[in-house]
Parts: sequence; C-alpha cells; structure tokens
Amino acid sequence: MTLQGWFLILLFVGILLALTKPVGLWLHALYEGRRTPLHLVLGPVERGFYKLSGIDPAQEQGWRRYAVHMLLFNVALLVLTYAVLRLQGVLPGNPQGLAGLSPDLAFNTAVSFTTNTNWQSYGGEATMSNLSQMLGLTIHNFLSAATGIALAFALFRGFARREAKAIGNFWADMTRITLYLLLPLCVVYTVFLIASGVPQTMAGVVDVQTLEGARQSILLGPVASQEAVKMLGTNGGGFFNANSAHPFENPTALTNFVQMLSIFVIGFGLTWTFGKAVGNTRQGWAILSAMVILFLAGVTVTYWQEAAGNPVLHQLGVAGGNMEGKEVRFGIAASALFSVVTTAASCGAVNGMLDSFTPLGGMIPLFNMQLGEVVIGGVGAGIYGFLLFAILAVFVAGLMVGRTPEYVGKKIESREVKLAVLAIAVLPLVILGLTSLSSVLQQGLAGPLNKGPHGFSEILYAFTSAVGNNGSAFAGLTANTPYYNGLLGIAMWFGRFFVIVPMLAIAGSLAAKKYTPESAGSFPTTGGLWVGLLVGIILILGGLTFLPSLALGPIADHLSMIRGQLS
Amino acid sequence: MGKDFSSALRPAIVMTILFAALLGLAYPFAMTGIGQLVFPAQANGSLVRGAQGQVIGSTVVGQAFAADRYFNTRPSAAGKGYDGLASSASNLGPASQALVDRVKADVAKQRGAGVAGALPADLVTASGSGLDPDLSPAAAQAQAPRVARVRGLPLARVRTLVAQLTVRPLLGDPRVNVLALNRALDAGVPTR
Repeated sequence: MTLQGWFLILLFVGILLALTKPVGLWLHALYEGRRTPLHLVLGPVERGFYKLSGIDPAQEQGWRRYAVHMLLFNVALLVLTYAVLRLQGVLPGNPQGLAGLSPDLAFNTAVSFTTNTNWQSYGGEATMSNLSQMLGLTIHNFLSAATGIALAFALFRGFARREAKAIGNFWADMTRITLYLLLPLCVVYTVFLIASGVPQTMAGVVDVQTLEGARQSILLGPVASQEAVKMLGTNGGGFFNANSAHPFENPTALTNFVQMLSIFVIGFGLTWTFGKAVGNTRQGWAILSAMVILFLAGVTVTYWQEAAGNPVLHQLGVAGGNMEGKEVRFGIAASALFSVVTTAASCGAVNGMLDSFTPLGGMIPLFNMQLGEVVIGGVGAGIYGFLLFAILAVFVAGLMVGRTPEYVGKKIESREVKLAVLAIAVLPLVILGLTSLSSVLQQGLAGPLNKGPHGFSEILYAFTSAVGNNGSAFAGLTANTPYYNGLLGIAMWFGRFFVIVPMLAIAGSLAAKKYTPESAGSFPTTGGLWVGLLVGIILILGGLTFLPSLALGPIADHLSMIRGQLS
Repeated sequence: MGKDFSSALRPAIVMTILFAALLGLAYPFAMTGIGQLVFPAQANGSLVRGAQGQVIGSTVVGQAFAADRYFNTRPSAAGKGYDGLASSASNLGPASQALVDRVKADVAKQRGAGVAGALPADLVTASGSGLDPDLSPAAAQAQAPRVARVRGLPLARVRTLVAQLTVRPLLGDPRVNVLALNRALDAGVPTR
C-alpha cells in the first residue's frame, strides 16, 4: 500500500461527502415535485409524455397501484429489449452484420438490464450491434435506475406521511428523475468522456496496420453515451467484453476516478434526501456513517491484499502487487477501490478482473453483494435495502433494551418486521439454493474455468451477483449456456422484484400510520450507538448467512495460495 | 387489483415507446453529433496515422509488440493477443496451475533477454482488457538494455526516452504508452 493510494481513496470519499448535501437537495426537489431550472427546457417534454400516455401526475397511487404500474412498465421494457435482441440481424445500425441473439441469451440479457443488474453472459463486441446497445440496453440504464430512485421516494413517503393512503405517482417520479437528473447529467458526462478518448460514432470496425506489420481490427461505436449512464445509474453493463478495463470505456486515471464518483454520487445524496424527507437530516447522516464505515473496511482489506500480491508468483521472481487482470494506467489502488465501489453499489462494472484478484481481495466484492448491496448500494435500491435493515435494527434494539420499536416517528410493528424479513430472506435463499444446485449438477459444473475452491467461488459469485442485481462476475465462468442463462435470469428477477414488492407494502403500511413523537422511551436513531447497531446487524445477518459458503470458496482458496498448492 | 392492472396498460406501453425514442435514439444520436463536431479525433478512436495516411494504431488502445527491437507490450488474453474485437482477461485464479505455467514461460523469456533481478509484475501478467496500451516505467526500463543492444543505441539514450515519455497522473500510477515509445524509436532517437 502506498501513500498515494490512500490519498486517492480518502480524496474520493472526501469529494463525495462534499457532494452529499447539494445532490441530496436536488433529489429532494424531485421528491417533492418542485420546479427546477431545467423545467424551462424539459418541462414541455415531461408534459407531452404525460399527455400522450394519459397520465395525471397529480393523481397519487396507493402502494398496490404503484407496484402494479411499476411492474407492468418493467415488463413492457423487457419485451421491447427481448424483441430488439432477437431481431438484431434484420434491424439497422448493425455495421458488423451480427446475427440475432439466441432465445436464452436474449431472455437473460433483457432481464439483466431491466433489473438494473447488467449481468452479461456475452462479450459485447462480438454480440451486440450499435442499435442493440442503444435501443436495447442504454434505455434500461436510465429507466432501471429511475425506477430504483422512484421506489426509494415511495418508501421515504411511507416514513414521512401521516395517516395517508398514497405513496406518490410512479410515472411522475420515474419521468422526473429521468428528465431532470439522469439525462442532463449524462449529456455533460458524455462530452467529458468523449474529450478523454471514449469513442462516440455510429461506425463499426477500423482496420489497423500495426508497427510490427500485423493487422488489428479495432471496434468503435456509440460508447461514451452508454458509458455515462452505465456508471451514473449503477448499471455496469459494458459496451465491450472487458468493461471498464477496456481503454475505450475508461481511457485514463481521471476517467476512472470520475466513473467511481458517478457510481456513488446519487447514493450518497439519497441518504440526505431521506433525512430531509423525514424532517431530520441527522437521520440521513447516521445512515451514511454506517455505510461509509462498512465501505472503508472493505476497501482496506481489498487494497491490502492486492498490494501484497500473489506469493505464488513472487516465488517465480515476480515483484510487487497483483497485476494479473489489472491495467497499468489504474494500478493497484484504483483497481482495488473500483472493485469495492462497484460491488458496494450495485454497479456491475469492472476495471480489473475479479477472477484474478487475490482470494481475500476478491472476497470483499462478493461479501459486499451478500450484505445486500446496502453499503451505498444501487441508486435507490441501496437506500431502500438499507432501510429494511434499519427496521430490523430498531426491532432488535427494542427486544434488547425493552424500548418501543420506532423509527423516524413511525411505530414499527409485526407487519413491517415480517415484510422486512421476507424481503431480506430472498437473498440467501436464492443465492445459496442455486449455488448448491449448480455445484452438483453436470450443467452447473461445466461452467467454471478454474478448478478447486476457486471454481466454486466463480459459481457462488455468479448467483450472488445475479440476485443482488450487481452484474459483475468472476468472468471465468462460462455462463452463456441455456442452464446458466435461464437460472441466472430467474435469479435476477427474484432478486429485484421479490424485494421491491414487500418493500412497497411496508411503505404503504407506514404511510397509513399516525406520527409517534419521540419520547423518553424511544431508541435514539441518530447517534454513534445507532450507527454501531446498524453496522452490527448488517454484518451479523450477512456474516452468519454466508460465512460457510465463503469458507468453501475464497477462504479455502486463500489457504491454498499461501501454501503454494496449485489447482 | 384488476383496476390497478387495466389502468397501467396504456401508460406502460406508451411510456416505453416514448422513452425508447428519447433515450435509445435521440440521446445517443445527439451525443454522436456533438462528439463528431467538437472532438472528432477522440470520438473516432484517437487514431494514429502513418506517413502515407494509413491507420497504424490508436493512442488509447494497445497493440501487440513482440519483436526484440521494440518495447514489448504485456501478455494479452484478448483473442490471440491484442485482438480489438475480443477484449478479455485470462480470468485465471491466483493459485491456478495454468497461470503459473504461463508466467513461468514469460519469466524465462525475460531472463533469456538478459533481464536480471525481480521482474516488475506488469511485465509478465495479462491485463484486464488484453489491450493495455501502457507499461509501468519499471517494466519499460527492464527492456531498455535489450532494445538498446538490438538497435545499437546508447543505453542511456533509451533510458532517457522512457523517462521522457513517462506520464505521472495525479490520480493513477505512472505509465508509458508503448506505441508512443516505439514510434519514437522508429522516428530515430538521437544517438548522442
């Protein structure tokens, strides 16, 4: 580890903390449906969209209607992408003349992008036409992100409102977030990326005669416009197979730094928005503190392990940190940081290949996802996931010290706790169930590239990433088979919507409650004790559930590595 | 519940079409227009052209260099090496036999070329993309004696060239672009 590496990490966190309030304020304006300066330009677009689709944005929805409208919109988007991918061969915008995708791959990819997962069973350059990248995939990078933030707004309203039936209007939330937050930021961001060397053209392949006289074909395309929203919306699906390790997606140390900032910035802001919505911004800072503590702990382990390097290679006379699968322009620190940022958030991007990380360095990304991606988390999804843990934490605190379980002015009763447990239980059930199945079935065992415990890690990582809607991979796994495409597709759908529906039910149930003012009997939810309790609950739930699987995978792998036992 | 469902049909379908047009077509095409107008070189891949105007590479994407007279690029798992249509890493785990075999062979190659002492890690490991355009200054300097010998150049000149082309960004590790380095060699390094 170097001083410069730690400078990078601390500068990164410092900039985000400085941005938290300004971004939170902007999000709060959208949460309340207030006018912003951007309405001058984009207001007519917003009103036109409502008019054509017959929506009255002022008409609020109860949680059931909010859920059904959100779900149906997602199904419509899924169908569109499935159709675009299947018909790719006959559609325009296909300079490489690529064929349509197989049914199982098109299904997997459509689910993947709809659920904000961006798991990719394919390599982008050899599979996707320019039109598929734009019309099939880029739209989801906006809309799955907007859906996530809209859902977070709905839950915020559950806490903030008193004796109310409605939790907002899904269409209004989703449209405003897209038009007044994501789209304008992406326009500026794309220009920055192009200026830094990310291509943006409708052309395809360029033929190169190299200095040594060989032929090299380089693929171009509308990369920058997709790259911007891929990061900002915590999506992570790369234009190219190598994702953000590819020089065209991430050409410099500066673009890398900005990409990491853009993954976290909305998640940081949303914690402030939550505090503001419930009338006490300290509530938001308490949540953010717990998240940042968990984040820095993860970064420390991964950076330490990657900088320490691979003892097996050291024995062959190789010096320094673990550079297998990493790019020189990022180096160890920025690669380690990137991996922890992307898995803390639900951004499946990678700038170094996790499969080749040291076992413990790669365990942190895995563990981050197993905690439910609540350390900052995906846009919207992170904070609503975290609030489910907060509900459990006040419940546990109530049991321990005999206090009434209350959170930000709402009594937490058995209905909310049951629903929260239901939502949280989806993660271990699906991940461990499908990993076990794939570790015994022939079709499952055909997947891993590496042998031994590392091969098990590849399977475990895939299902964790799918259910957590992350999308990053131990990419050695050959996942483009009907077996993995199908199961991972189902896992992604469960991981997204079987968390969302109970969460919305909690929002509806909380909104209907009356306000319970804080009393001497309430457990304080702003101080250090509360932050410690949150961190503890998240680690205990995640740790107890997944520790056995980690022992079989990364921990066994680590022990093999330090003993020099190859597989 | 039935009414929730029926009331959702029209907005779900119309909004899908409208947003697909805005985000899937208008946005990327508009950005392409801006990119082509304002930053045409970068938007088209930062291509480098030779004397006859032919494309000889990109400043952003790496290309394979294996000859002794050039600074060699890192091992690559993209296709058969530096395949611009198949970016990829090795994805080998740290305790994998296949990784150890590959690194052993590359270490032997470097030793054969006269590189002594501990080897800089990036010299014998494959990058994440398989298209890494850079080397660490240490990995470039380790090759300097070989390049100087083959080209008949004073070693000090080659070392100075590496140092001159080393970039030290504030937020990343120092690096040397291999294509820039080798083009400078071909252009003729003053032998003084």
